[in-house]
Amino acid sequence: MINNPHFILAILFQLTQLLLVVLAAPLLTGWVNQCQAWLQNRSGAGVLQPYRVLHKLFHKDMVLAHNASWLFRLTPYVVFACMWLAAAIIPIIAVDLPFSGAADVIALVGVFALARMFISLAAMDVGTAFGSMGARREMLVSFLAEPALLMVLFTASMISHSTQLPGIVDALAHHQFVLYPSMGFAALAFGIVLLAENARIPVDNPGTHLELTMIHEAMILEYSARHLALIEWGSSLKLFAYISIGIALFIPHGIAEMGNWAGLPQAVGFLVVKMLLAGAALSLLEIVTAKMRIFRAPEFLGTAFLLAVLGLLIHFLLGA
Amino acid sequence: MIDFQLLALLATPLLGGVFLALFGSRTWAAELNSLMSGATLLAAIVLTLRVIDSGPQVAFGEQFFIDPFNVFLVTLTAFVAFTTSLFSRPYMRIEQHHGKLNTPMLHLYYSMYQLFTFTMLVALTTNNMGIIWVAMEAATLSTVLLVSLYRTPASLEAAWKYFILCGVGIALALFGTILLYFAAERVLGEGGTALLWTHLNQVKGELEPTVLKLAFVFLLVGYGTKIGLVPLHSWLPDAHAEGPTPVSAVLSGLLLNVALCAVMRSKVLVDGSLGTHFAGNLMMGFGLLSVLVGALFLSRQKDVKRMFAYSSIEHMGLITFSFGMGGAVANFAAMLHMTMHSLTKSAIFFAVGHAVQKVGTQQMEHIRGLLHVSPTVGWGLLLGTFAILGMPPFGVFASEFLIITTAMHDYPWTTPILLLALGIAFASIFGKIQPMVFGATTAKPLPHPPALLPVFLHLFLVLLLGLYMPPYLANWYRQAAALFS
Amino acid sequence: MGALVQISLTLQFINLLAAMLLLIVFAMLGQRRIFSLINLFAWQGLVLSISTVVVAYSTAQQHLYYSAALTVLLKVLILPWLLYRLIRKLNIRWDVERLINIPTTMLVGIALVIFAFNLAAPISQLSEGITRGLIGIALASVLLSLLMMLTRRKAVSQVVAFLSLENSLFFAATSATQGMPLVVELGIALDVLVATFIFGIFFFQIRETFDSLDITHMEKLKDD
Repeated sequence: MINNPHFILAILFQLTQLLLVVLAAPLLTGWVNQCQAWLQNRSGAGVLQPYRVLHKLFHKDMVLAHNASWLFRLTPYVVFACMWLAAAIIPIIAVDLPFSGAADVIALVGVFALARMFISLAAMDVGTAFGSMGARREMLVSFLAEPALLMVLFTASMISHSTQLPGIVDALAHHQFVLYPSMGFAALAFGIVLLAENARIPVDNPGTHLELTMIHEAMILEYSARHLALIEWGSSLKLFAYISIGIALFIPHGIAEMGNWAGLPQAVGFLVVKMLLAGAALSLLEIVTAKMRIFRAPEFLGTAFLLAVLGLLIHFLLGA
Repeated sequence: MIDFQLLALLATPLLGGVFLALFGSRTWAAELNSLMSGATLLAAIVLTLRVIDSGPQVAFGEQFFIDPFNVFLVTLTAFVAFTTSLFSRPYMRIEQHHGKLNTPMLHLYYSMYQLFTFTMLVALTTNNMGIIWVAMEAATLSTVLLVSLYRTPASLEAAWKYFILCGVGIALALFGTILLYFAAERVLGEGGTALLWTHLNQVKGELEPTVLKLAFVFLLVGYGTKIGLVPLHSWLPDAHAEGPTPVSAVLSGLLLNVALCAVMRSKVLVDGSLGTHFAGNLMMGFGLLSVLVGALFLSRQKDVKRMFAYSSIEHMGLITFSFGMGGAVANFAAMLHMTMHSLTKSAIFFAVGHAVQKVGTQQMEHIRGLLHVSPTVGWGLLLGTFAILGMPPFGVFASEFLIITTAMHDYPWTTPILLLALGIAFASIFGKIQPMVFGATTAKPLPHPPALLPVFLHLFLVLLLGLYMPPYLANWYRQAAALFS
Repeated sequence: MGALVQISLTLQFINLLAAMLLLIVFAMLGQRRIFSLINLFAWQGLVLSISTVVVAYSTAQQHLYYSAALTVLLKVLILPWLLYRLIRKLNIRWDVERLINIPTTMLVGIALVIFAFNLAAPISQLSEGITRGLIGIALASVLLSLLMMLTRRKAVSQVVAFLSLENSLFFAATSATQGMPLVVELGIALDVLVATFIFGIFFFQIRETFDSLDITHMEKLKDD
């Protein structure tokens, strides 16, 4: 197996994707922030700002609460690893990568859930009020978002008869163009889930430390230096991974075939354009909407679930 | 020729509506109203004689269809509409005198009354299942403003409920009609003929059973709301109690029948397609429930018009049940009961209307000693009550007797339920009417002489039909009943 | 997969419109503001007329173009305009529904959709080609509109629910059965228009009598 040139090629593709993702993820975050700055008529800190922040954080001395347990110290690594793993599973530059066979979409949701569980436990570990509050809110949001995400993925699976992401992408990208109303519903639902899971407006506000409203920021208040850097990087990876899932499910056209080096530049080019557009759309969305009260969030996420279920039902009825 | 006769029947009330919309506020509007209704009755009689003579006919490019069943309802409708118009002339004058109505309201009343008659006649005579729907909806629309004529909070509420509930019901019936068309289109092809009942009737065996089954459920629920079948009846007591009495009389006596006619048209198709007793069973179930619930609610009523509205629910339930049983005898009995109920119930509403005017309230505990102050109104109410309760020798006795014996023969298990319900109804109504008629009086004389001719004319007919059924009439009913079996 | 791909683009488009119709009904179900509700109603009418045009085009039925034009005129322009006017006249622009529990309503709505699809499943299997599944969606919209009528407490939103019910039926009539006879369609349209006028008259009467368009005031008539 090792001697199989095809296998080596696949590993090379996989490694390319892994490297590309981990390096490009902060860039995406920087791009979203920059777009927001432009939309707000600010000059912004530049798209490279997340790298500078990461660099700074990695060189800082760490402050640890003295009652922090091993769980608290382990969590940043787990979170980062989970997000990176997730990004490895998703077909981003090419379909049918070797790692993606290891886990299907349900496992992917599980990987995200694992990271969330660790970060929530760590938030409560030190015993501050904000940490517990953030953990509780995070659980509320994710408890509502996760079924919606699963429903979205099921709809795609139903259409392509596969729960493997490469299978789904293959079915959707490399066949004749078909209008799928159910996928339209799923896309709307996925958009809402994406906002909620990545702590974006209107569910959470990544840019504030106002204690009444924060969710994600409340959980990581106690982290500093290297740990914080890993978590921030993990968040960037998560956003990247989610947008990649969205691209894979709804606009997979242009992705490269495995082993096709010639198609790779084109695939990367498509990817960059899609990412830029997605980032711009995300920032626009965040600019035009207001953060909703935390108690409205269940309704918002309920809408996502509703849309996803409707998509599934419509698929059953219309076969499309 | 038939085209012309039908045109006369339909155009008269329509023209009446237009005239009364123009001249409804004149002093002679009431007379014009009666005149147009009389002319409609005349046209109906001419048409009926024609149909009895030469059998079922289609008219206007098959868009209209007249057979013994609907022509019998046409005559009944035209007749009751005419007598009600006679009744409403003095009744509305008295209401005006009491300050409950003003001239614009009467204007609205007269024009809508004619339009209502028109829509009912269209619903009865049309051959197009879609037009039946349109006409039924139009009938709702024309009566809804009549229910809220008094503009009291209660009447507004009743009208709103009537509008919304019947609107919803009729919308479901439209869905049923669409499903019917969906099934018909596959057999008859697209276009105009696929909703024509006569065509559907010819190919009913080929219609898709699953679709028709679903269609009938929607049609029954939809038109059943109009019939006042339990549990879709909740608009009916309110609308009857809060609307002006002539409107209660035509709602109870006519509109319910027309809706039932639409259901029967659908039932024939569905039975033919399914080859089972599905539609009949459904109708029997709804009918039985309505009889029982209607009877049980009777004893709890305090408002006299409300009580008789529940009595209408009970009787429409009985008719639906009888049609549901199917077969020549049951259908005959159902049609006879339809006639008897229409005549009796409208007579009762006429009498009740005047009684309420004398006392100034609809609360039964305040209505006492009608015989004492106004023997005619008192006797009218008493005799009407006897008739509606199925006392011999009134015609209702004959039709109820027929229904129950048929039920005993075909569905013995339903007999105790029916008898129980009729017993409860008897006890409740009689117990309430008796003190209203006898005893010391609370009534005052009326400013205008009451209209007693319609009351006694109706009761006389009911009595006559109970004692003696003319052979040609029986034959006619038999012909109509045979259409459904 | 093969079967899916062969479906014509027209049908795909109608399916998409049907799905949008369902989505709009859901949005109406969850909408608290009366103004937005009317906007949604206008959108619904637009989707309806587009789907009618598509059906007319694909089946080459002339009279469906008329009914599409009628839909645009009546349901996209006249009725919303009338309702806007009414709302402005009655000065209830900022009325919101307070009594509805939206998540529960939505869950009930989903249950209704499943019910409707189940009910329509045998029919969907019957019809080949273009109409497959549309009856189910139409039925689901009908039931959802009914649910909306039940959950609403304001007279105006009840009326919008009623009109949405009518729209769903119209969708069933035009798309699922490819058009009822024109006479019937005209009759239905006339009835809807008259109904709206009467609703308008009612608004004023109710408002005059109860000082509000909240129909919770109108629950006096009961059998005790």
